[in-house]
Amino acid sequence: MISEVVMPQMGADMTEGTVLRWLKHEGEAVTRGEIIAEIETDKANVEIEAFEGGVFRKAIASEGDVVPVGQIIAIVAAPEDDISRYANGAAAAPATDAKRAPATGAPAQTTPYDERPPTPPAPTARRAEPVPPAPPAAEPQTAPPRLRASPVARRIADERGIDLRLLRGTGPDGRIIKRDVESAPAPVTSAPPPQRAAPPAPLPAPTVASGRLVPSKMRQAIARRMAQSKREAPHYYLLLDVDMTDAMAFRKQANAALAEDARITVNDLVVKACAIALQRHPMFNVTIDGEQLIAHDAQNVCIAIALDGGLIAPALLDTGRKPLAQIAREASDLAARARGGALRQPELTEGTFSITNLGAYGVEALIGIIQPPQTAILGVGTVMPRPAVRDGGVVARDVMKVALSADHRVTDGALGAQFLGEIKRLLEQPLALVL
Amino acid sequence: MPDITYREALRQTLRYQLQHDERVFLMGEDIGAYGGSYAVTKGFLEEFGERRVKDTPIAESVVVGAGIGAAMAGLRPMVELMTINFSLLAIDQIVNNASKLHYMSNGQIDVPLVIRMAGGAGSQLGAQHSHSLESWYAHVPGLKVVVPATPYDAKGLLMTAFQDDNPVIFIEHTALYASKGDVPEEPYSLPFGKAEVYRAGTDVTLIGYSGSLHQAFRAAKQLEAEGIDCEVLNLRTLRPLDTDAILASVRKTNRAVVIEDDWEFGGFGGEIAAIIQEHAFDDLDAPVLRCSGADVPMPYAAELEQAALPQEADIVRLVRSMV
Amino acid sequence: MTRVTQQQRADARGSAGAGPDRLQLLHTMMKIRRFEEKAAEMYARGRIHGFLHLYIGQEAVATGAIAALRPDDYIVSHYREHGHAIARGLEPNRIMAELFGKETGVTGGRGGSMHLFDVAKSFLGGYAIVAGHMPLACGLALAEQYKGTDRIAVNFLGDGAVNEGEFHEALNLAAVWKLPVLFICENNRYGMGTDIRRVSSVVEVYKRAEAYGIESEQVDGMNVLDVYEAAARLAKPVRAGEGPRFIEAMCYRFRGHSTADAEFYRSKDEVERWRRLDPIDRLQKQMLDDGAIDEETIRTIAAELEDVTREAAEFAEQSPAPPAESLYRDVYKDPADA
Repeated sequence: MISEVVMPQMGADMTEGTVLRWLKHEGEAVTRGEIIAEIETDKANVEIEAFEGGVFRKAIASEGDVVPVGQIIAIVAAPEDDISRYANGAAAAPATDAKRAPATGAPAQTTPYDERPPTPPAPTARRAEPVPPAPPAAEPQTAPPRLRASPVARRIADERGIDLRLLRGTGPDGRIIKRDVESAPAPVTSAPPPQRAAPPAPLPAPTVASGRLVPSKMRQAIARRMAQSKREAPHYYLLLDVDMTDAMAFRKQANAALAEDARITVNDLVVKACAIALQRHPMFNVTIDGEQLIAHDAQNVCIAIALDGGLIAPALLDTGRKPLAQIAREASDLAARARGGALRQPELTEGTFSITNLGAYGVEALIGIIQPPQTAILGVGTVMPRPAVRDGGVVARDVMKVALSADHRVTDGALGAQFLGEIKRLLEQPLALVL
Repeated sequence: MPDITYREALRQTLRYQLQHDERVFLMGEDIGAYGGSYAVTKGFLEEFGERRVKDTPIAESVVVGAGIGAAMAGLRPMVELMTINFSLLAIDQIVNNASKLHYMSNGQIDVPLVIRMAGGAGSQLGAQHSHSLESWYAHVPGLKVVVPATPYDAKGLLMTAFQDDNPVIFIEHTALYASKGDVPEEPYSLPFGKAEVYRAGTDVTLIGYSGSLHQAFRAAKQLEAEGIDCEVLNLRTLRPLDTDAILASVRKTNRAVVIEDDWEFGGFGGEIAAIIQEHAFDDLDAPVLRCSGADVPMPYAAELEQAALPQEADIVRLVRSMV
Repeated sequence: MTRVTQQQRADARGSAGAGPDRLQLLHTMMKIRRFEEKAAEMYARGRIHGFLHLYIGQEAVATGAIAALRPDDYIVSHYREHGHAIARGLEPNRIMAELFGKETGVTGGRGGSMHLFDVAKSFLGGYAIVAGHMPLACGLALAEQYKGTDRIAVNFLGDGAVNEGEFHEALNLAAVWKLPVLFICENNRYGMGTDIRRVSSVVEVYKRAEAYGIESEQVDGMNVLDVYEAAARLAKPVRAGEGPRFIEAMCYRFRGHSTADAEFYRSKDEVERWRRLDPIDRLQKQMLDDGAIDEETIRTIAAELEDVTREAAEFAEQSPAPPAESLYRDVYKDPADA
């Protein structure tokens, strides 16, 4: 019977031992229990005994060898046993002890944690994008500080699509807490409401305590940009009345053929009219970069969308090349995303012209402030029935006042008058918007 | 319904157990002839005799160990340790034997043992007599830890302790023995692992147990006048812990304060805070706060001792800072 | 103390009639010896882990004492307990499986070498805290006294326990309440690596028990018949409710405290001297001299035990480990597990 003598485990933390001295040599008889070698561990020198009797057939480890626990160091067997498989010495895997890999001091085998961790993935393209310049409602170039909002406030804001940046916190240290989010009005879900509909729900007055007010980040950004615009761009203003009677009839007809959520609004008509007019009068589709003027091929028309505590004016991109129905759909989607805080980069940075429309609020005329780096903006008032003279008689017509504010560094009044007249003409002959 | 003391509530259950279960007997220092250091077993020696009510030497380790051994042999003993402070001398038996025998024996051995002890401070008994170490016992798997706050709790929870086949550490509060409350005359059990909503509220959850429940309740009354509506939870048992009740309450109020007599650092309040932030993170309007005992050995002087224990005013101040 | 002379013992054996079954005693001691040697080999081969405390040399104490008891007398032992377990009839297969940490072990792999429990055989552990088990023996005895039975608890302890507080608390309680405990101190002279003389103000352990008013004896723990006789005799008053008794059995372990022990603290000569008092050799010689046994029988027993222990190792090797899902089982007694 072959007995493999192994480097013994002599205590929980032993991992290897040194063969100091063989007390038996090849060919000598061994009885069970007899001491056959001296081993050195890190704690002491110990003697090891034979667990079985027989003949000491082969010393596999030599004196002085350091051997891991569990590895074979000698063979004791009967004289007739074939031990040729041990010819290669300790390299032979122990036959009876095959189930365990070289036993270590600790009971555990190698674990997945021994493996090298995978290299981290390369940074994605997203991170390579430059930080965008500040759109009206967004932050300036530095990274925004972490918003102080409680976990439950964040969760509710997330569920309801409320932009936490627009809220003022009333919790300790100005933390935004649940009641602040719960008392924020639900975002308005529709695009600028159709004319002649019931007046829209009024924007809630912000709750203002008396004393010093801390403006929100968005308000601060608007303040900076508007002040800059007024400071740097010499504004001139042109006003016109547009007879919208035919446009309103056209719109009604078009909407009868469209799905509910794809309806065309008055503003959509104005956007398309401006888009066409900008194609024909490209000087109003120019942005300023320092001393230089940049002419743009695409007409990216910004529409102003009111939010709680401010406004945002993202762009409908490439409106010149899009049909009216598509513009209507995209405007609706843009407004929803603006309220949900899900606008895209180009919408915030690539506008070339703006329209600001307070027609829904009954405002007769709106004279806008140009949004830098653009160089013109169209203000739109409400559509109101007014007396007009037609064919010698006084009739009621739907009239809408529009106001062009433009940058005198780029254009002057004569050019502006032509541009504005183009817009009027397009709106008064609405079929031109779809041809 | 009768209005009785916490002490009397305990006596009712002990008497019931001695009368109805032959396997039950009591052991402890001075529980017989002296009548019990907190008078819980007063008259029991005369009523039940020496076999059932045993006065022991001052030798906590062997007394608890003997209780464990007797439980292993099929009896249902109750060991009274005069106070939680002295239980330290028996910790080896409680932790190395009582809590582990069922597991180590692969389910062969049961230890149906009730160990009663009184904890808490407030009577100027000095540093060695004023511990609240329930968190140490609650830390050990294999033990159950019960912390009754009211006479109603005491009677019902002690009944359940005797019916449980596991070792139960039943921690009473020295300041509560004379407290009174409504307690049904008939015997009843209260389940372990079920907290009580002691006072319903909407703005903040005050979590207390044993002595601290009453601080929490008083603070809640004070805060009510300020328009802050507190929900007060009485844990009743620390192990098993009614996690569901804690989380349900926090989901409702979005704020929590744990009130405990025990030292703050490494105390049970930390465990409750960890559970809340792990499972109800998105329901929190404020971090979970603790109003605990000061991290000092308990001093003797009255003013110092009071300063070292959570007071109503501390709880009120904390809650105000959270809303 | 009652100092019983060798002559008195021999007379007692003579007058006791049949006396113990010496063949059975020999068989048990040889079984323990072979099992422990096998366990040592299995530890060296990395099959057994943690601590392994071998009983080699002390077989006479467990064998003699337990043979003198009733099968339902409680045994409460320390961590050097394999010998007591085998003497009480726990199966070598299941003990070895427990040492290997397998599901088929005595305690399902939960306990290991130091925590063997078999309630059906009244074998109640297996404890790792020195002297920590003594209060439990008092409690078991208390329960039997309470129930009015004549079942006793036998508490094996080492000389290392005699300075722990729990030793003194247990002796006192047992004495003052007259608990039916038979304490048996296996004095192998060393508490791990410390000679008892270096750390004990009173070295004779039996005197310490006498200080609590407990009748005590010192016996030759390397002579299984002496141990048997003393245990049988002293169990009687314990069983009769006369209070505890104490036996100090002088013995020696031939191996280290555990497998990690390099034995710096004692000389090879000393070990050799005690090896000459090997309890198995002595009983074999006595029985050979009496003609009660022949060499052939001894060889047959040895071969049989060879098979038994090899089989135990194979059984343990082939048994499954406890599944990871069982980790949380039995932390508490579930009322559903009635």
